[in-house]
Amino acid sequence: MEVAIFWLLAVIIIASAAATVFSKNIIYSAFSLLFSFLGVAGIYAMLSADFLAVTQIMVYVGGILTLILFGVMLTNRITMMSLKTDVFNFIPGLTIAAVMLAGLLYVIWVTGTWASDSPAAWDTTVETIGTLTITRFLLPFEVVAILLLIAVVGASFIARKDKQKIQS
Amino acid sequence: MFEQYLPVLLLIVLAVAFGAGSLLLTGLIGPKRPNQVKNSAYESGMEPVGTAHERYSVKYYMVAMLFVIFDVEILFMYPWAVQFRMLGLFAFIEMILFIGLLFAGYYYIIKKGVLEWE
Repeated sequence: MEVAIFWLLAVIIIASAAATVFSKNIIYSAFSLLFSFLGVAGIYAMLSADFLAVTQIMVYVGGILTLILFGVMLTNRITMMSLKTDVFNFIPGLTIAAVMLAGLLYVIWVTGTWASDSPAAWDTTVETIGTLTITRFLLPFEVVAILLLIAVVGASFIARKDKQKIQS
Repeated sequence: MFEQYLPVLLLIVLAVAFGAGSLLLTGLIGPKRPNQVKNSAYESGMEPVGTAHERYSVKYYMVAMLFVIFDVEILFMYPWAVQFRMLGLFAFIEMILFIGLLFAGYYYIIKKGVLEWE
């Protein structure tokens, strides 16, 4: 059952990621990214990282994807736009891809035994995270609040001129 | 155990089955008698002008961008809310501080007029 679900998720992720890359229509790309994100959330849930799964769905599916879709819809002449690039760095690109692949394969090879699923690993992690953020990692938690405040103020400041300037 | 995700799985299967099933069944057994009025985009409505692939206003993007930030805030509140009863008053005050800091950001947005749609 679990193996079947894993393979189903893997197929969904790979297929929709491929559709994102190879689709001629940028809207189709953006929407097929949705299924890729959802599949990754499923993988997180299978790894008993339930908080990460919720994060994936809330931030990536709920937020980032909406942002990407709005970005796409803001773009001028999306239907007529050619998605072909004029830049063909074939040999450098191939070299970087090969080096990355070699590095990943090396890490996979060096990591001798991969941890397999243990029954205790299915416990929920949200309670532990909730306790630790408020107690042990309290300072980083409040720093995050300040970081988010900076993000809010910065985004509004850059994107919006002052009211007075617009009126005049 | 894995069984705790079974309701989620069941919901996904049911939702996909219902959506795909209703579309397939209406396509298969529904009567098809099209005419010109039925085929128009809005039956007994206005004639649509231009394409559907219009550019959206940049204001939507601003709202979406601010939504992502407050989305992250909710994410930090969620594990705290799960453990709320156990953590007690000190954690509550900490969360008030956290929300208060972001509320200052919200106040800035309102004063800046980012959410105004003149």
